[in-house]
Amino acid sequence: MLVTYDVNTQDAEGRRRLRRVARACLDYGQRVQNSVFECEVDPAQWTRLRAHLLAEINQSKDSLRFYRLGADGKRRIEHVGASPVIDLDGPLLF
Amino acid sequence: MRRHLNTIYVTSENAWLRKDGANIVVEVDGQERGRAPLHMIGGVVCFGRPGASPALMAACADAGIALSFLTPNGKFLARMEGLRTGNVLLRRTQYRMADDPARAVPIVRGIVTAKAANQRTVLRRALRDHGDRMEAAARATIETAEARLVHIARRAAAAQDVATLRGHEGEAALVYFGAFDAMIQGDRTAFSFRGRSRRPPLDRVNALLSFLYAMLGHDCRSALESVGFDPQVGFLHADRPGRASLSLDLMEELRPVLADRQALTLINRGQLKARDFAIDEGGAVSLTEDGRKAVLVAWQDRKKRDLRHPFLGETMPMGLVPHVQALLLSRHVRGDLDGYPPFIWK
Repeated sequence: MLVTYDVNTQDAEGRRRLRRVARACLDYGQRVQNSVFECEVDPAQWTRLRAHLLAEINQSKDSLRFYRLGADGKRRIEHVGASPVIDLDGPLLF
Repeated sequence: MRRHLNTIYVTSENAWLRKDGANIVVEVDGQERGRAPLHMIGGVVCFGRPGASPALMAACADAGIALSFLTPNGKFLARMEGLRTGNVLLRRTQYRMADDPARAVPIVRGIVTAKAANQRTVLRRALRDHGDRMEAAARATIETAEARLVHIARRAAAAQDVATLRGHEGEAALVYFGAFDAMIQGDRTAFSFRGRSRRPPLDRVNALLSFLYAMLGHDCRSALESVGFDPQVGFLHADRPGRASLSLDLMEELRPVLADRQALTLINRGQLKARDFAIDEGGAVSLTEDGRKAVLVAWQDRKKRDLRHPFLGETMPMGLVPHVQALLLSRHVRGDLDGYPPFIWK
């Protein structure tokens, strides 16, 4: 799942929403760019994440976009440039 | 379908694990090295002495993530686990499989076949590396042994019971150790090999092999413990009080790759000298303090060397192979994999 959002941060309330939306996405996935997250979730987790995000935003000011990448999502993604992303399914050695 | 959950290996010195939201964060010297959402992780294996925050431990326990702590040498120290992991189920299945020849034989067959194949690879590599410098007799010994190991591996792959497989394993060991002396190129007066001797080892080569096997045994036992197996109940090795039979099983296929080859390298490169060993009045040979250090440094270096795992097709440090094999064995025991893929060195 690819989640992107645009949260209006003109007031303190908006910045608060931005933080909370980002944190919800981070709980389920990986930040690949500012306000862009890749989330590997099963349908139950997705339902929870989606409900969580909808509850956080102010629909008159902010927007969310969800992209379903499907089962072979990995192959549909190409990364160019800086800040390479960790493959969370690959070997994790720190 | 069951989701493949990843394992985090923490090998860095001064690592610190903490929880951030629903993420596991790995910090080294205060710098964030990586993070992963808890729901994608099945286990965390820490080498050395990384700390973990109580909040993370609680989150791992709750999410059923096993947190294992090992010494830098890979000796198992402790495992922290929550309530929901299927450990008792895994152990129960392990015991039932060990008692049921129909399910144990395929695993043992894989182990014995892979061991013979890996022993053959060690012989082939010796021929490749030193073949042209060897005396004709030594060369012939290795070539004959190699050909016989191919036959033994082939017969083992078709064997139908554990007793036959134990026979093949013994025969392979006899053939292989019969040619072991021919692979030694270093200081011939100090290092010669006339068959395996244990408890106590009676020559320097045996002392070195025994020490390396002990190191590998620790690694295998740790790997099995961190996956949740009972290391005392094996498939190839019979139960005996105090014996970690399953660790010995897991070791078999890895001995030639990780230990034997390491021993030959240490001797042939002259990294170990005669004075690195002590001989007592009874004839028992052991490594001195300095010798042990030299072996451990080489062992740790070797474990950092990358190889390509034949089943997973991924490049990984050699030291992870026991962990990966233990994981694959647990997947088989749990029913996620149809068979246990033994480690065959290429």
